Amino acid sequence: MTASEFGQQFVNALSLGSIYALVAVGLAMIFGILRLINFAHGEVLMLGAFAAYFIAETGLPFVVVAVLVVVTTVAIGLLMERVAYRPLRGAPDVALLLTSLAVSIALQNGALLAFGAQPKPFPTPAMLSGQLQLGGGVQISQVNLVTVITALTLMVLLTLFVTRTRLGISMRATAENAMAARLMGINVNTVIVAAFLVGSALAGVAAILWGARVGRIQPDMGFIPVLKAFVATVIGGFGSIPGAVIGAYLLGFGEIFLVALLPDSLGSYRDAFVFAGLIVILLFRPQGILGSTEPEKI
Amino acid sequence: MLRVSDIRVYYGAIQAIKEVSLEVNDRELVALVGANGAGKTTILRTISGLIRPRSGAIDWHGTDLTSLASHQIVARGISQVPEGRQIFAGLTVRDNLMLGAIQRRDRGAFDQVLERVFEFFPVLKERYGQPGGTLSGGEQQMLAIGRGLMSRPRLLLLDEPSLGLAPLMVWRIFEVISRLKAEGVTILLVEQNARKALDVADRAYVLETGRIIVSGAARELAANPDVERAYLGG
Repeated sequence: MTASEFGQQFVNALSLGSIYALVAVGLAMIFGILRLINFAHGEVLMLGAFAAYFIAETGLPFVVVAVLVVVTTVAIGLLMERVAYRPLRGAPDVALLLTSLAVSIALQNGALLAFGAQPKPFPTPAMLSGQLQLGGGVQISQVNLVTVITALTLMVLLTLFVTRTRLGISMRATAENAMAARLMGINVNTVIVAAFLVGSALAGVAAILWGARVGRIQPDMGFIPVLKAFVATVIGGFGSIPGAVIGAYLLGFGEIFLVALLPDSLGSYRDAFVFAGLIVILLFRPQGILGSTEPEKI
Repeated sequence: MLRVSDIRVYYGAIQAIKEVSLEVNDRELVALVGANGAGKTTILRTISGLIRPRSGAIDWHGTDLTSLASHQIVARGISQVPEGRQIFAGLTVRDNLMLGAIQRRDRGAFDQVLERVFEFFPVLKERYGQPGGTLSGGEQQMLAIGRGLMSRPRLLLLDEPSLGLAPLMVWRIFEVISRLKAEGVTILLVEQNARKALDVADRAYVLETGRIIVSGAARELAANPDVERAYLGG
């Protein structure tokens, strides 16, 4: 691998990890507070991509389209919480898990009925297409650059939110000890709504970046990102937001460099290698990288 | 005043509390003593709205608490320091204390209450920026009580504040409880250390398997031979 190839793969890995991170943070936040693995999170992303497709047809500028996509995914996330998950408050965790699978399947099939199985082209705007020439023959695609910058900016804002604001600190407190949080006077419903709001907004951003990356959209497109984000949160330690980000970047780098370094005949097995790697990590650190070793309290 | 009337509380099919009634008058310190598993913690959790009673009423200055959510109960001036401290280990002492005052919006009052908590527990000022989990057991208990005071409660529910602490620390915690009482905070104290609790309390209730079996002035209960044999190790 030449230096310029390495540079390109590096940016590519950073970009892939960034998208995983945007999805994984939403999963980790919702899990931390509700103990719910929200498999329907991928469908929020999918519907965001379709929203981009239909809104872009109106000819609005891309920035406006992006804002409306995020508004749409936030609305979907909040509706999901209100309709599917809130009625199950106090139910066993497994009931929530099964509900999220049901929501995921229902939304996917609803999209199949409404939009058809035929993939549609993602309305990639000019700022997310084309290559950028750097010195020394290194070129990076604009979508990768925008993805990395967007994700890093959002991660910084997210960090400020969870460490500096009352709502953010309340969210961390609720994730750590929901009973004590209630005794402090934290309204747990507000915190749950906030988690869905932030998670769905990040999924909306991820929808645009993922759509621009793969170039086409279809009803089952949410599955792969949410699966990878799930792996990232497991690697990082479930429920830990920084853990999810670290796991996402590890996964992004693992995938890209496996493909780059493996002979072509093995490249198509990259997911097999990724999941084998996951098993190895869990053998040695079942709680994930940043997961707590504290046993579940009764 | 707090008036708990005929509450029954169930965990699934198991009845934990069988028609318990008790009262805490304003500025009074009332102790709730009894063996492990008698239902003391369940009563405090029911008052705080963490558990709903199947029947009965909890009246606090004219409001029925049994239909309110926990955060609404905190907003009405009732704060609980739960058993086993339950501090937020990953959050700083600062954030723990801030969360205690989450329903208080005025900054000036916050600083004032914070000064008072520091006066009670100077060590919290030294540990202000540290994660709660790095504190010793005694310091964590001080943080838990300090956090409970940050909302400036009119009624403080203390669940086993001396559990698992060294004798010197137990003595300090009870000193703080006496001072809070002197300042006019109404307190409902749950303790396994019945002798200590009866020392500081005005009145007490003795709970046995979900039922109140004796109640009265703390001094009289401490002298009651049955209570002494069962709970004071006499």
